[in-house]
Amino acid sequence: MAGPAAPALAPARTGETAARAARIRRNWLLATPALVLLLLAASGPLLVVVVYSVLEPGEYSGVVWELSGEGWFRVLFHRDIFDDTLSLADAHLTIFWRSASISLLTTAITLVLGFPTAYFIATRPPTQRMLWLFLVTIPFWTNLLIRTFAIMEVIRNEGILNSWAMKLGLIQAPIQILYTDTAVLIGMVYVYLPLMVLPLYAAMERLDFRLVEAAYDLYASRWRVLTRVIVPLVRPGIVAGSILVFIPSLGAYVTPRVLGGGKNMMISNLIELQFGEGRNWPLGAALSMTLLAFVMVALLVYVRNMSKVERRG
Amino acid sequence: MNRRLTGALSALALLALTGTAAAEGELNIYNWGNYTNPELIKKFEETYKVKVTITDYDSNSTALTKVKAGGHGFDIVVPSANYVPIFVQEGLLLETRPDKMENFKNVDPQWVDVPWDPGRHYTVPWQWGTTGIALNTSIYSGDPNTSAIFMDPPPELVGKVNVVPEMNDVIGLAIMYVGGEPCTEDKNVLRQVRDKLMAAKPKWQSMDYGMTEKMSNGDVMASVNWNGSTFRVRLKNPKVVYGYPKEGYVVWMDSVAVLKDAKNVENAKLFQNFIMDPENAALISAFARYANGVKGSEQYMPEDMKTAPEIVVPEKYKAAGKFLPTCSKAARDLYTAIWTELRK
Amino acid sequence: MAERAAGRPVPGRPFSVRRIPGFAGIAAVSFVLLYAPIVTLVVYSFNAGDSIALWEGLSLRWFAAAWANEQVQEATVRSLVVAASASAIATAVSTMAALGTTRTAPFPGSMAIYALINQPLMVPEIVTAVALLIVFAMIKISTGYSGLGYLIAAHAAFCVPFAYLPIRARLEGMDLSYEVAAADLYATPWQTFRRITLPLLSPGIVAGAMLAFVISLDDVVITEFVKSAGQDTLPTYMLGQLRRAVTPEVNAISTALLAVTVVLLSAFFVLNRQRR
Repeated sequence: MAGPAAPALAPARTGETAARAARIRRNWLLATPALVLLLLAASGPLLVVVVYSVLEPGEYSGVVWELSGEGWFRVLFHRDIFDDTLSLADAHLTIFWRSASISLLTTAITLVLGFPTAYFIATRPPTQRMLWLFLVTIPFWTNLLIRTFAIMEVIRNEGILNSWAMKLGLIQAPIQILYTDTAVLIGMVYVYLPLMVLPLYAAMERLDFRLVEAAYDLYASRWRVLTRVIVPLVRPGIVAGSILVFIPSLGAYVTPRVLGGGKNMMISNLIELQFGEGRNWPLGAALSMTLLAFVMVALLVYVRNMSKVERRG
Repeated sequence: MNRRLTGALSALALLALTGTAAAEGELNIYNWGNYTNPELIKKFEETYKVKVTITDYDSNSTALTKVKAGGHGFDIVVPSANYVPIFVQEGLLLETRPDKMENFKNVDPQWVDVPWDPGRHYTVPWQWGTTGIALNTSIYSGDPNTSAIFMDPPPELVGKVNVVPEMNDVIGLAIMYVGGEPCTEDKNVLRQVRDKLMAAKPKWQSMDYGMTEKMSNGDVMASVNWNGSTFRVRLKNPKVVYGYPKEGYVVWMDSVAVLKDAKNVENAKLFQNFIMDPENAALISAFARYANGVKGSEQYMPEDMKTAPEIVVPEKYKAAGKFLPTCSKAARDLYTAIWTELRK
Repeated sequence: MAERAAGRPVPGRPFSVRRIPGFAGIAAVSFVLLYAPIVTLVVYSFNAGDSIALWEGLSLRWFAAAWANEQVQEATVRSLVVAASASAIATAVSTMAALGTTRTAPFPGSMAIYALINQPLMVPEIVTAVALLIVFAMIKISTGYSGLGYLIAAHAAFCVPFAYLPIRARLEGMDLSYEVAAADLYATPWQTFRRITLPLLSPGIVAGAMLAFVISLDDVVITEFVKSAGQDTLPTYMLGQLRRAVTPEVNAISTALLAVTVVLLSAFFVLNRQRR
């Protein structure tokens, strides 16, 4: 870790190109430990999955080393067990659709809740802000599984939510929330809310309120100030938060498993089924690649949006 | 302060890395979570001066996948009956010949020549039980002794039934419900099985585990469930009864096997012999509340288990109980295909 | 309403330009949502009954049970050791990587580095888990080493983006001029880094390390597939219980951990405040 900041700052005595080469070398050197770690324990092993997606499934699990397109084929098509007729794999499509829509809804709701929350925190006196931020993150020091169980406790038929609603006379009989898509949605909003609040806060903390002041001076209404001044200014935070929520939502496993009751799968659960009881690793691998493709699309949207923001800025 | 913190952390990490170094005698057990009585382990440790480590898994397939990948460090695994032949066929188990061990004489004869391990060359009984129906009678007072509770739920139970996500149990029950034999390859029977299950699924509330909790507190009103779990539910909620489907119900057993790449083979064998002792076998049952396969263990069991209708199968229901044999590959493939379709 | 208020003469503006009506209310909803499950969890850890869902009176029995349960204790300590080591490693390599990729003109491969660092964010856990199981098993067999190192490496790797992003964000907002000034005053590169860059960067590093720690503490799927004999963490211990019954011991442990966290964070907060 010798003087990371220095070489780039040193005046280019040996000419522009040499300095540039030195800078590039320094940057690569600094990034190397992280890259080695990732190649060893994250990205590298993923190549295995790519290879597995084009092999034959093994008898009990694993793969047989024979090329086969069956795994990919079955992502989209379903062959009937008994009469071999082909049809579109609507079960898969349903699961993709459910994953995408729950993730989008999660993103939207966390944004609706998170934006005012972040704004509220950012407008506290500076000494209080850290305290509020801590309050947002403290629940996250408890394990995800335990928190998910706690949510189950809140929303089950005789749970807090139903019994209070009944006491207040809002409902007559308990509403079945547990084991529905709504339960999964509630769980996901809960789990990912801080991932929305934190980047939004980071963006809002830098917000120049003189601009807001100026807008009011020009007789803008509150709504216009919000939509025309504040939102555009914190847009990078909105986009970053949405990405940080949307992508992990797509791949969520624990929340749908515990709160969805095993009937309402999302993509991750389907993939796990193929690697587990389904004993079809190539299909599982191909489904993983499909999910990855979804994520790439989301990221492309992100990059495009960001470059638009930068061009404007 | 930062530097000291980093120092402390790396010391902690070092400690963790070296902490696994071999003690005098060790035994690594890979078992279902919350399934191993700590008292049993303590007794074994004290008797043989061996340090036992328990690691949990949550499904047969996770256990198989990990053991097959290798490099896991486990000595003992406790697969369900239908997974034992897979472990054997894949060459993952060591032939420890429990049938020649000292305590083998205690094993109940009905558990010796079992289809998954004829003559017990690999495995020792851990616990056995049945998969039937748990029903909360406060909502439905009909007969609980039928698979119709989940295959054809009565109106009172629509949207309130759970099915535990165990492929072999559920498919087995469904096959017997439509009149077939377990392990059948008959496509007409299996088509019926699939169509019936697919038609019933929308009437289910969930396909989940954890029924001991959820049936006790009334979140779920009926479920395909295991007998021991239902027994524990009844102790909390007396309205819950256990039904033995007359169309046929599933009898299962989990067995203790030693892995071929085990590092502590001798200790593992000692453990196999150890749990065939009636007193020790009773300790297993007292914890997870299932019967074991060892004669004479009853006298050491908790009082409430000796008479429980969930544990001691009533005479009139005995005939309907079927052991799931190990099916042919063709049958297994069909079952898997039906199951995956159902889970989606 | 707002229209009229805003239309009043400027000097006597009767409202704060920072306030937006309704926002505090929504923030309150957020906080209720965040804390309702946690409060339930804490309350149920004092349950006398042996269920996580049926209230049977007040008792400390689960704290006693957790205290006496070796498996739970070991799993808790292991979770903390893995999280501490993994977040330390992830934070160290991420800090270096952030220094190499921020405040510098795009260079050949910079996009590739950025993509690789963020890769763990994009891949669902189960996929990484299966891939790691296969690759690590090969390494375990060939080297014979099957210690906690694999778990720590796997955790450190997926924690990198979580550590990297806040550090990078902090760096982007930092002015180069202090460092230039230090260099002008003949500070060695190391001195500049140690005395200027690092202190300025520390809030980002703390945020990154905290995030990485929490993410590691939460992981179930990858740990389940990578762990060797005797390497259950608290989450995998709980996952093993899912099939049967989850006991309130884990509630008790979580409540205890939560209490420790709150105490530590409050101390940190108070100290920080006093220093200012």
